[in-house]
Amino acid sequence: MLVTTNTVWQWLGEIPDPEIPVLSLTDLGVIRDVHWQEETLVVTVTPTYSGCPATAVINLDIETKLRSHGITNLRLEQQLSPPWTTDWLTDRGREKLRAYGIAPPVRETGAPSASKGRIARLTGQSDVVVACPRCGSQDTEKVSQFGSTPCKAAYRCRACLEPFDYFKCH
Amino acid sequence: MTDKNDHIANDVLFEWLLRRGDTALVLGHRVSEWCGHSPVLEEDIALANIALDLIGQARMWLGLAGEVEGKGRGENELAYLRDAWDFRNLLLAEQPNGDFGKTMMRQFFIDVFQMQMLKALQGSTDPRIAAIAAKAGKEVAYHLDRSADLVIRLGDGTPESHQRMQTALDELWSYTGEMFASDAVDRAMAEAGLAPDPASLQAEWQATVQEVLTDATLILPESTFAHKGGLEGRHTEHLGHILAEMQFLQRAYPGATW
Repeated sequence: MLVTTNTVWQWLGEIPDPEIPVLSLTDLGVIRDVHWQEETLVVTVTPTYSGCPATAVINLDIETKLRSHGITNLRLEQQLSPPWTTDWLTDRGREKLRAYGIAPPVRETGAPSASKGRIARLTGQSDVVVACPRCGSQDTEKVSQFGSTPCKAAYRCRACLEPFDYFKCH
Repeated sequence: MTDKNDHIANDVLFEWLLRRGDTALVLGHRVSEWCGHSPVLEEDIALANIALDLIGQARMWLGLAGEVEGKGRGENELAYLRDAWDFRNLLLAEQPNGDFGKTMMRQFFIDVFQMQMLKALQGSTDPRIAAIAAKAGKEVAYHLDRSADLVIRLGDGTPESHQRMQTALDELWSYTGEMFASDAVDRAMAEAGLAPDPASLQAEWQATVQEVLTDATLILPESTFAHKGGLEGRHTEHLGHILAEMQFLQRAYPGATW
């Protein structure tokens, strides 16, 4: 008797992201599909950033988790298209990020309309407004486009003066 | 799609994929050389992250190149077990870092080119190429946002930063023409609907570069002389040094794994 894919999704929802452990892999939106191909469980995963060092760890964690539940016949497939976007983060995941002190990505700014930011800057328009996850103030500024991991940018709050990470749009 | 493309010989496709992968790999390695040496901590982290993205993109392109070649070579064999004359990267990518300004100018030139190339490739008739381009394109858009911003801030900055950026521009300019020098490989790819002819990207590239350089108060050199050869395996002396460092472990301990 094969376990249902719903159960598998539930197990996958218990695996923390290696770099931001408050998020699960399902919160992150990187699991694209789970299905049985006859006796083999196929899990389709999409990478967040192409050079993300966590990708290999994520795959290993999935395999370890499923094996611990007795699934030995399994295959992981990588799917590049459509490319992962921060718009796929679940609401639950966004809330967990904020509670953890990381500002969640501003919605629908991760869509693939390239060089939008540069054009906005060259034409003098301001960037998206990122609210401070600590005090909620919108009076914040970008310190660096990249933070402690490829998925984050470094910000500072001008109201409460705390620095914070912003899960950048992608 | 199978490993046999109907419209084009596999060796041509392989050659073209190496150009994408090798340029990303060599530039990624160059940028990674800043790790621990940047002017400020934020830049150190940013450059390391950009290097990571580029190496990730190189893995996708070289992985596909290995598949297309069909000789059992994967991304690792292509990165670590080839010598300089087998590399197909742009000469611009292998140019030394120089100061921070020169690194940013090099990045900006390649970012603009990559941005246009990857955008066009999303319409490739090969879904594997289109998928990699869509993935890499999002990252390159972010890199371009940053490199354009820094070129402007440094060019239109202090007399010292302005002078350094102008020097970087003058030094690197003659390496930009290679990006648009189409050859038989490019033409075959374009005819098959697999990729744009790079020559068709030049006008837009030049317009974007000009726009940013104007804001940066920098003067575009008049010369149109272009160094070429990287895409055919004729490199500057700098590539050998990169490979010596990058491939040391595989050369010293062939087949080493951990």
